[in-house]
Amino acid sequence: MAVSTRAVALTLITAAAIGAGTWGTLRFLNRPARSPAAVAPASARQPDAGRRIKATLHYVAPDGLRLAASERDVMYAEGASEQAKRIVEALLEPAPGGLSSAIPPGTALRGLFVGERGDAYVDFNGNLRTNHPGGSASEILTVYAIVSALTVNLPAITSVQILIEGHEVDTLAGHVDLRRPLPNAPQWAEKGSS
Amino acid sequence: MSNRFLLAAVSILAAAGAARLDAQSPRPAAPYSLLSAEGRRTVSAASVGDQDLLRLDELAQVLKLTVREDRAARALTIARGTNVVVLSLDQGLASIGGRIFALSAAPVRDGTRWLIAPDAVSRALAPIAGVRMDVRKASRLIVLGDLRVPRITVQQEPGGPPTRVAIEIAPRAAYSIVQEPRRLLVRFDADALDLGPISAGGGLVESVTAADPLTLAVALDRDFGTFRAATVPVDAASSRLVIELTAAGSSPLSGSVRPQAVPPGAPPGQPAPQQPAAAARPPEAPAALPVSQPPGVRTIVIDPGHGGDEQGTQGAGGVLEKDLVLDVARRLRSVLDSRLGVRVLLTRDDDRVVPHDERASIANNNKADLFISLHANASPNRSARGAEVFYLSLDGLGADARRMADSPESKPVPVLGGGSRDIDLILWDMAQARHLSESAAFAVLVEEELRRRVEMSPNPVQQAPFRVLVAANMPAVLVEMGFLSNPEQEAQLVSDEFKNRVVQSLFDAIVRYRGRVEAQAASRLP
Repeated sequence: MAVSTRAVALTLITAAAIGAGTWGTLRFLNRPARSPAAVAPASARQPDAGRRIKATLHYVAPDGLRLAASERDVMYAEGASEQAKRIVEALLEPAPGGLSSAIPPGTALRGLFVGERGDAYVDFNGNLRTNHPGGSASEILTVYAIVSALTVNLPAITSVQILIEGHEVDTLAGHVDLRRPLPNAPQWAEKGSS
Repeated sequence: MSNRFLLAAVSILAAAGAARLDAQSPRPAAPYSLLSAEGRRTVSAASVGDQDLLRLDELAQVLKLTVREDRAARALTIARGTNVVVLSLDQGLASIGGRIFALSAAPVRDGTRWLIAPDAVSRALAPIAGVRMDVRKASRLIVLGDLRVPRITVQQEPGGPPTRVAIEIAPRAAYSIVQEPRRLLVRFDADALDLGPISAGGGLVESVTAADPLTLAVALDRDFGTFRAATVPVDAASSRLVIELTAAGSSPLSGSVRPQAVPPGAPPGQPAPQQPAAAARPPEAPAALPVSQPPGVRTIVIDPGHGGDEQGTQGAGGVLEKDLVLDVARRLRSVLDSRLGVRVLLTRDDDRVVPHDERASIANNNKADLFISLHANASPNRSARGAEVFYLSLDGLGADARRMADSPESKPVPVLGGGSRDIDLILWDMAQARHLSESAAFAVLVEEELRRRVEMSPNPVQQAPFRVLVAANMPAVLVEMGFLSNPEQEAQLVSDEFKNRVVQSLFDAIVRYRGRVEAQAASRLP
């Protein structure tokens, strides 16, 4: 009887240990992968579904000639491409108070791909071009608001090429050469704002 | 009171009587084309005997004229504001302000409409409309305003070799000649061409046709070797361009074009500072390579941004960037033509789309020494204001462009007659990279001159990866004259005073830059 009792206890302990190990292993395997983004979770205790990161996005500065930085909460996503999409989608939302968006109204993200060399290809609908007001200052601000959104927040992305309706384009409004991926150009941001 | 007197005067003169065209029925005739700054439109025409007549109601609509028939006085009263002309219905007579003059025919009624003689357009309608109207019956063309529309006729001289093609240009217009495989393109610096008879073909010329509204294409026989061009004055207003062609392998041209070659658009008698590559070849030079020129500023390409469907930005008051920059470009060309004696080409001289690469190729193919792209700016913030000058940044062009900027590659290529010659190999998309320091120097001069006359932005000289500058193989800048998005600046930008300030600034910057280039060349002399 005594042997039997000890055997049962050992069996239970072993089963509990195996169960705990399996649960731990599954938790480990199912953990959220660390984003390549150099961004910190807004709250480490939030569940993934509502998890957010802080991202620095750029909007038209009050002088209308430069970009001003603003920190925004952006939905967390797995992997550089998915996180890049969330960041661009956040950039397409209305600008915070006191600033205006550099992105023309009606612009929507169609797709985003990150290449092995850190080039991001961001595909927008045609409104990015057709609704653009023109002028080199406006065009520069639009282009570098997009480029900086990805290169500043995601170190894995070093340059950005803008596509329209899936195609490479010469320019948005007749000025900035968009035939190749562009690296960020911090001179278009207000001093101390990037 | 005054009108009544004019009607009476015209009626009395008409009473003298003369054959009236309206005794015969007008027959439909080929329409005339009316060219204006707004574009081309047709004006319906009819004929009575051998007399062309034009629809008055269509002309009145264009010129904003009112037309009233005075049955008692047998006259048409045509007015714009307080300006009035009276046309007799019985005889070819008209009166403006008490001055009576003859016309080739009286107005003719065609149903409910009136037809008038072509000379009534230029002599009677134009003065009261306050605009110049040039009616060219031979080409059925009416040119409204100050548009430059030279009449072009082409005649190939008999005989040869060499094959000689004479192109009459009236009034005179600057031109450039670009050699392409199997053809020469003669592009005229004009608003449109009034193309007359073309009689060419034979020898080394297969045909001469219009390649586009401003360009003649001389199609070349496969035996063509080289050409040279010269401008001959015909009279005070017109000139003749003579293009002489010789076959490959024949004796090189040696001054057989008479008189001395002059640069496109330059006053007759001036030696050519820079000619098309093939035309500038001396007899002893190796074929197919241009003669090197001492440094200088001889050819300037002005690039009015946008055009056609690509309107650029639009001001709150409706001013279009494409129109504004074309106007300034034409003014700058006029000043440079008359005061600096350099060859000036515009990448567009009308309202049309010009691809970026074509803009650069116009400058590259004509061996321009400066490229100036003109633009007007816009910002989401309407308070943004001031002029800015840009030169190219190499962002995005990668390491190759930076290496090109530091040291362009030279390769030896064989030349006819033996030996070899080093030529620079330049990738189209990196052509500007090797000129960045000179572009920066010119940008600073432009900024300094603009600052003396117009308001500058807080960022007056900047670098940006601008598409139109990438392929320019010469110092190149892009000038933003001001912000059309700022209503106050928009009003300034459309004023003659502001445009002339910009033009004067660019002119002075070019003069200073030319001095800099010549000083650098002189300092390199032994």
